[in-house]
Amino acid sequence: MALPARWKEKIVPSDPSDEIMELQMGPSHPASHGTIKFNLKLDGERIVDCDVEVGYLHRGFEKMCEQGTWTQCFPYTDRLNYASPCINNVGFALAVERLLGIETTERCKYVRMIMSEVARIADHMTCLGAASSEVGAATVFMYLLEAREFLYDLIEAVTGARLTVTWCRVGGMTHDLPADFADRVKASFVRIDQVLSDCDKLLSRNRVFIDRMSGVGILPKEDAISYGLTGPLLRAAGVSYDVRKAHPYLVYDRMDFEVPLGERGDNYDRFNVRFREMHQSKRIIEQALASLPDGPVSITDPKVMLPPKEQVYNSIEGLMNHFKLIMEGIHVPPGEVYQAVEGGNGELGFYVVSDGSGRPYRVRVRPPCFMGMGALNKMLVGRMIADIITTFGMINMIGGECDR
Amino acid sequence: MLIEKLKQRFGAEILGAEDARGEETISIGRDHAYDIFRALRDEVGFEFNFLTDLTAVDWLERKPRYDVVYHLNSLTLGHRLRVKIAVEAGDLWVPSVVGNWGAADWLERECFDMFGIDFRGHPDLRRILMYDSFEGHPLRKDYLYNKRQPIVPEIDPIVNPIRPSK
Repeated sequence: MALPARWKEKIVPSDPSDEIMELQMGPSHPASHGTIKFNLKLDGERIVDCDVEVGYLHRGFEKMCEQGTWTQCFPYTDRLNYASPCINNVGFALAVERLLGIETTERCKYVRMIMSEVARIADHMTCLGAASSEVGAATVFMYLLEAREFLYDLIEAVTGARLTVTWCRVGGMTHDLPADFADRVKASFVRIDQVLSDCDKLLSRNRVFIDRMSGVGILPKEDAISYGLTGPLLRAAGVSYDVRKAHPYLVYDRMDFEVPLGERGDNYDRFNVRFREMHQSKRIIEQALASLPDGPVSITDPKVMLPPKEQVYNSIEGLMNHFKLIMEGIHVPPGEVYQAVEGGNGELGFYVVSDGSGRPYRVRVRPPCFMGMGALNKMLVGRMIADIITTFGMINMIGGECDR
Repeated sequence: MLIEKLKQRFGAEILGAEDARGEETISIGRDHAYDIFRALRDEVGFEFNFLTDLTAVDWLERKPRYDVVYHLNSLTLGHRLRVKIAVEAGDLWVPSVVGNWGAADWLERECFDMFGIDFRGHPDLRRILMYDSFEGHPLRKDYLYNKRQPIVPEIDPIVNPIRPSK
């Protein structure tokens, strides 16, 4: 890709006998998880300019969504932030449901919320594990990935898949929670608590870790807001903005949880905010399981939900209903909706536009980590080259979501 | 509620307003767009300090053909607003809002990449997700989803070092 116009400007190095070095880091670099390229101008080890190139994982998500029916978009949403696919599913389903003007069942809202929080813990574990392994704490990486397996086991028990879940539908879900779900959650939380406490001991007061993270990648409050950062990146700068609190969806307004905040907006705060959020997510899951209402998990409106298989195989009405929904799709009235949910990395927004046919006219995703990557230049200039790794790790760029 | 206040403040600058599904939308013209956005960001009562999203919609058959869609959010007052600017295919530009929100930098580059909309005043408008030799703008409705483009030839970095675009 072309370099920015400012790249031609001559920069005088601090030592006049020296010269500015241009270095291309990536697109496939062992220390950065994700396919991304940094074009750097270095004065010794200090970064004087940094141009971030994204787009290596661009698969045309928004274009492909326009080709199928509304329901056929769900598999694509799995592949946005593949560390927390449940949240993407829920966000897209909520957007289409608002466009349709339908309300899902009470149990559906609780189940969606529980699975979103399970996915959030898994997402944070991936981010923190990878980030700590990059600064040398490989033990923490192994511990957290082991703990993530317990969560993936829960997700698999509900959706049948570990990663590409495709589990929400417009108006409900494919599966309800299994009967022993509450016990499974309890059992895995005991082990997750143990792992989190171990990791806390290994890192929170670890000299090497703090030196690499503290005071690095600072983005003050005003810049964080201007650059559109959300989620842990914004909260680390001390701004209390969480979509779950500011614009509640599902039943988050009935839950009692806190929004952890940082002070300085450096990498250590970002780490801490994520760490404390995992405990809050656990609190939400426990409360939701305690007050989980009974009843169906999907609505029965034949214009939206597929009929049960017995009807499809045994009656002409059921078969026609199934055929129409599969071939033509759900008829969504013309209009537009912006629905935001709190994803693992921040505000994940779906802006959907319908022209009244069975297919989406336009699906736009507001990717939270794309904004973080846009602000990376601001966080890095003036810092050392080694700080790229920790800062990039804390932004938690997920290629599928950033590049779509 | 918000729309009433906006109409009072901006009067004829607001070409259309809609309140549907709990979301408020206004359409404005592009000529004074920058000043309106600046006022929306700074004035008491609006305080839209956060640009959530910036994208476009291609209405192939409609005139004007494109809508540039801005989603604003106020972190202090907690309200959201959608602003639309309609632009015609032959005259495809809107003023850049990078001066108001840093987030617009990458969002406008993406919108330019995907729709070919020119954001006048953007400091560094170039492709972001697609590569330089890519022809066309993939999210336009007249760009076929299964269209293929030739493979980019390999460039020897020693013979042809990567250099900034003009």
